[in-house]
Amino acid sequence: MTVQTLADTLSLTVFHLAQPDRPVSGGYAGDLLSWVLGRAGQDSAWLTIMSNQNVAAVALMTDAACVVLTEGVSPDSDLLRRAQEKGVNLLGTAEDTFAAAARLAALLQNS
Amino acid sequence: METIKLVYPVEGGDLIEAGEASSKMKLTLKKLGLPQDVIRRASICMYEGEINMVIHADGGQAEVEVAPDQIVIRMRDTGPGIPDVAQAMQEGFSTAGQTARELGFGAGMGLPNMKRYSDEMAIDTEVGKGTTVTVKINIA
Repeated sequence: MTVQTLADTLSLTVFHLAQPDRPVSGGYAGDLLSWVLGRAGQDSAWLTIMSNQNVAAVALMTDAACVVLTEGVSPDSDLLRRAQEKGVNLLGTAEDTFAAAARLAALLQNS
Repeated sequence: METIKLVYPVEGGDLIEAGEASSKMKLTLKKLGLPQDVIRRASICMYEGEINMVIHADGGQAEVEVAPDQIVIRMRDTGPGIPDVAQAMQEGFSTAGQTARELGFGAGMGLPNMKRYSDEMAIDTEVGKGTTVTVKINIA
């Protein structure tokens, strides 16, 4: 499954989509950035409510496929700018993290 | 390939801007054509080191050596030093302040993550003088 497919299937808000064809092979949910750095797998869709600029750097370092801001959170302007500069896929959903993770897991199982 | 030496200054004080040195290193490692997993591990180690230097030591310097078989990253600061290294290595132990925590750091995972993703790690620290954290990542 690609990030584009994920965005289309879950009707995600697109804040920045630099690499729509990137593969998504797993998921991770978490807001403590060091925890995410230690645990998130490569090519994960990372679900978080954190919306500061450091999120872009963490996504970049972990090779996350995309960031999905949950609970209707919008990226702050620095995060959006940094995602654009670094080519980080930045998406959003109004759903809470649990609901979004459950739908992502179902998609991954079927893909 | 001969050994390539890179030096990246890390600005202190501004956690919002942190990650620039790591981003630059990552780009360079990609250009060198190193395996993705090696780049990923080196980048996470460097980023954690960078965050630590900004939170605890008002910045510092990262020196990166890329040899055919190994990446060595040395992160030097002249900060307060680490009084108890064993304690600092425990997951969950942190002395980071409120600002860092509000941004999502300060979970006490920085040094443990560097250990987790490196093949070798050494901490040379002296209270009142500074800290040098060295990580080595094997290529292969």
